[in-house]
Amino acid sequence: MSRRVRSGLFLVAAAVFAFLLIWGLLGLPDFGDYRGPYGDVLQQVALPERHTPQVVGATTFDYRGFDTLGEEFILFAAALGAVVLLRQQRGEEKDEEEEQDHPADRQRRDTSDALRLLGLGLVGPLVVLGLYVIVHGHLTPGGGFQGGVVLASAFVLVHVAGRYLILQRVRPMPLVEITEAGGAAGFVLVGLGGMIAGSTFLFNFLPLGEPGTLLSAGMIPLLNISVGLEVAGAVVLLFSEFLEQWLLRGRGGGA
Amino acid sequence: MMVLQGVLLVLVAVGGTAVVLTRDPLRQAIVVGIFGVLLGVLFFAFQAPDVALSQIVVGSVALPAMIVLTLAKLAQLRGPYE
Amino acid sequence: MSFLPYAVVVWLLLVGLYGIVTSHHLVHLIVCLTVVQSSSYVLLLAIGYRTGAEAPIYKDIPPETPVVDPVVQALTLTDVVVEATVAALLLALAVQAQKRFGTVDPDEIVTLKG
Repeated sequence: MSRRVRSGLFLVAAAVFAFLLIWGLLGLPDFGDYRGPYGDVLQQVALPERHTPQVVGATTFDYRGFDTLGEEFILFAAALGAVVLLRQQRGEEKDEEEEQDHPADRQRRDTSDALRLLGLGLVGPLVVLGLYVIVHGHLTPGGGFQGGVVLASAFVLVHVAGRYLILQRVRPMPLVEITEAGGAAGFVLVGLGGMIAGSTFLFNFLPLGEPGTLLSAGMIPLLNISVGLEVAGAVVLLFSEFLEQWLLRGRGGGA
Repeated sequence: MMVLQGVLLVLVAVGGTAVVLTRDPLRQAIVVGIFGVLLGVLFFAFQAPDVALSQIVVGSVALPAMIVLTLAKLAQLRGPYE
Repeated sequence: MSFLPYAVVVWLLLVGLYGIVTSHHLVHLIVCLTVVQSSSYVLLLAIGYRTGAEAPIYKDIPPETPVVDPVVQALTLTDVVVEATVAALLLALAVQAQKRFGTVDPDEIVTLKG
């Protein structure tokens, strides 16, 4: 069907959908009037039971840890899918000369000095910030997911600063893949540890410690670290797949 | 409901419209970065610092970078045909 | 006035869908999908909000203060990271579409046969 017919049909369907959606949303309690019992129970129980002041982190990794396992594997599968889709096809080969010719020339041509300086200067603090956010996930806002992306963005910055060839040495591909897979497996292993300790999967079996200190809340820091590694690995993997696509010179691809 | 939340909600709606109405994907990468920061501030106003942190890092760092890389690769693939 | 968050949710959803339906470029389509996803985040957080409450972190507030719902925040924060990765997967699909069909216009991909 032509574009105009499609737009017209969409507008009609959208009007009906909007009406139904607004009708449904009007049935919700007023904004700000939260009645659910689950949230009330959690906020009273998280500090005494798990010795962690961060209720959201306790929910993500302990009370609803199984959902987080599923989400983590969605991430893993998406990274895997992107790698499979962008693999080197027959007829494409990496332009070897492009990688070796005049790296100094390429930097001078591509990026300004201010950008390079700022980029390289920020890489160190970003790595430290990423590790801090991951490890303090059970004390302050943050955790594995946020800190993992911050850590991965440090690698993005190395590329932006114009040093792609150094990037090859700083993030060798096997190490990135091992990190990602190790993070995913680490989550499952910690969960199995709960089973081995004589109770259910993802049972918090490590000593709980004193709330507010770094070594507290049982296995939640461990789960934070494994999720952080996995997220960082997945984002760096995706990013470098796209970058290598850029370096590939196609021969015979496309219609 | 606070005035701040109301203003931020309206800004988010305007930002979303701007993202859709920007037809050129390269410009859209910048607009989606701004939209991500607006969403992050809205999540702060909703008392959700974890979610805001997630949104700011992902929506303003990872997503625009991947969009720009994809566009560079697409331009390169199209180059020899022009 | 207290319906404003839900109105914004409906608006974002429909505007994103409009962008997807009338898109000329696969990458533009994927970014509009991001807008649709953000409407679901706003809906989740709006449901869990409690007027006058604090963030659910008991680090320096007394343990009896009312806080907003932590469950929807846990759902939303994993959601944000995961859906960005799925968007990256879709961008990889767009690159493959360019390689196979020679175009990233959704209308033309239907008519060209490989």
